[in-house]
Amino acid sequence: MQMTATLDGASVKRRGKTILGPITHDLAPGGITIVLGPNGAGKTTFLKVLHGVERLSAGQVAWSVPAAEAQKSQSYVFQSPIMLRRTVAQNLAYPLQLTGTPKAQIQTKVQSWAAKIGLADALDTSAPRLSGGEKQKLALGRALIRDPKVVFLDEPCANLDGRSTKEFEALLITAKSAGTRIIMTTHDLGQAKRLAEDVIFLLGGQIVEAGPAPAFFADPQTAQARAFLKGDIVE
Amino acid sequence: MNDIWAGLASAFWLIVTLDPDLVEITLRSLRVSLSALLIAALIALPFGTWLAVRRFRFRRATIAVLNALMGLPPVVVGLIVYLLLSRSGPFGVLGLLFTPTAMIIAQVIIITPLIASITHQAMRELWAEYHDLLISLNTSNWQRIRTLIFDGRRALLTAALAGFGRAIGEVGAIMIVGGNIDHATRVLTTAIALETGKGDFALALGLGFVLIALALLVNFAIHVLSRTEREGRW
Ligand SMILES: Nc1ncnc2c1ncn2[C@@H]1O[C@H](COP(=O)(O)OP(=O)(O)O)[C@@H](O)[C@H]1O
Ligand SMILES: [Mg+2]
Repeated sequence: MQMTATLDGASVKRRGKTILGPITHDLAPGGITIVLGPNGAGKTTFLKVLHGVERLSAGQVAWSVPAAEAQKSQSYVFQSPIMLRRTVAQNLAYPLQLTGTPKAQIQTKVQSWAAKIGLADALDTSAPRLSGGEKQKLALGRALIRDPKVVFLDEPCANLDGRSTKEFEALLITAKSAGTRIIMTTHDLGQAKRLAEDVIFLLGGQIVEAGPAPAFFADPQTAQARAFLKGDIVE
Repeated sequence: MNDIWAGLASAFWLIVTLDPDLVEITLRSLRVSLSALLIAALIALPFGTWLAVRRFRFRRATIAVLNALMGLPPVVVGLIVYLLLSRSGPFGVLGLLFTPTAMIIAQVIIITPLIASITHQAMRELWAEYHDLLISLNTSNWQRIRTLIFDGRRALLTAALAGFGRAIGEVGAIMIVGGNIDHATRVLTTAIALETGKGDFALALGLGFVLIALALLVNFAIHVLSRTEREGRW
């Protein structure tokens, strides 16, 4: 079953300044949603609000399942990957250990995910020693290893070269085909066009435009979105 | 000057021949301070980590108290433990005064705040690094603490080392609660104090060398340990 989310007047204030919202919005039910917007638009905050790890100043976010269950079936890939000071294998195993998965099962899952993210030969390498791209892939593997229903990714390809980006996108598409809901921000409009089924365009903490990707890219309805897609600087 | 040279020579001799008194006192010192370290670490490592992870109302006050306790003069700790354990004190019936157990209790009180405080500082840094991930993974408080302790084990080793150094070299409190009784509660530091007072520099110096050697050995062991860990697994 797909998990859907509804934001109702959700807003985040920090130091007296509203950095997000108020946003009232129904998240599209499935597939890949790409969150677009210039730096400081509130993309990271928006993702964290949906994930339930950012304190709301007003309004609420409701998933189609109870909040506790919702967070358990979600995972999050951070803008700068957070590596546990452990080996690659131990990083992959970590989320499974938290839920008390049997050892043998952890072992097989770690092996298979290491292969999928191209780190099968680096299982015993210390994760903090990996290259930026490898860290991102490990973060993705660690996010997907629990078979989450929803994955949030915050500019996951910012440090990746072309080939790694391609592999990364392939993993995302596989996950999506397996029914995982993906919500992701990116700076790369090409990537947005390749992946997006749905777009949310944020500006100054507000959703300026949202809807199916083909329509958004072909015929944006707002002047800001048109300018953003053209590559103009919007503020 | 002659006294000192003669003392050095016989101190050397005592060590080389494994003088029974010297060995007995050294082993007792190790037993007391290692027991105190074990107990203190079991309390201080999780507690220091918990302080780093958990936001609660009196957190700042707790940290301030911890830092104040770190500065407690050992002699005063000795006095308080003495009063608690003395025949007329609340724990008098246990008959612990002038036993190694009393010395362990005093040392635990002295080094627990130190270990907890160093732990707290190291764990705060690691927590800042891990915070978002561990929150996102929906970890329980206990899981967070276990993860931080495991991944911060090198810093914790350093904290424990500092605690051990303080315990093994401490004299004021154990003198009071242990009584420096021959074959019962005499340890390296109290023996050195006594022998120096008596003018027996040979034994005093011999014990002093053992004390210094112990401190160096522990430091060296920790150093090697943390380096092999870095090279082997990292
Ligand atoms: N903890 C915070 N305190 C104050 N301001 C913040 C905080 N976090 C983010 N901001 C501000 O909120 C705005 C949106 O941030 P963010 O969600 O990171 O945007 P984006 O990810 O789109 O670049 C930015 O202007 C940023 O400076
Ligand atoms: Mg961001």
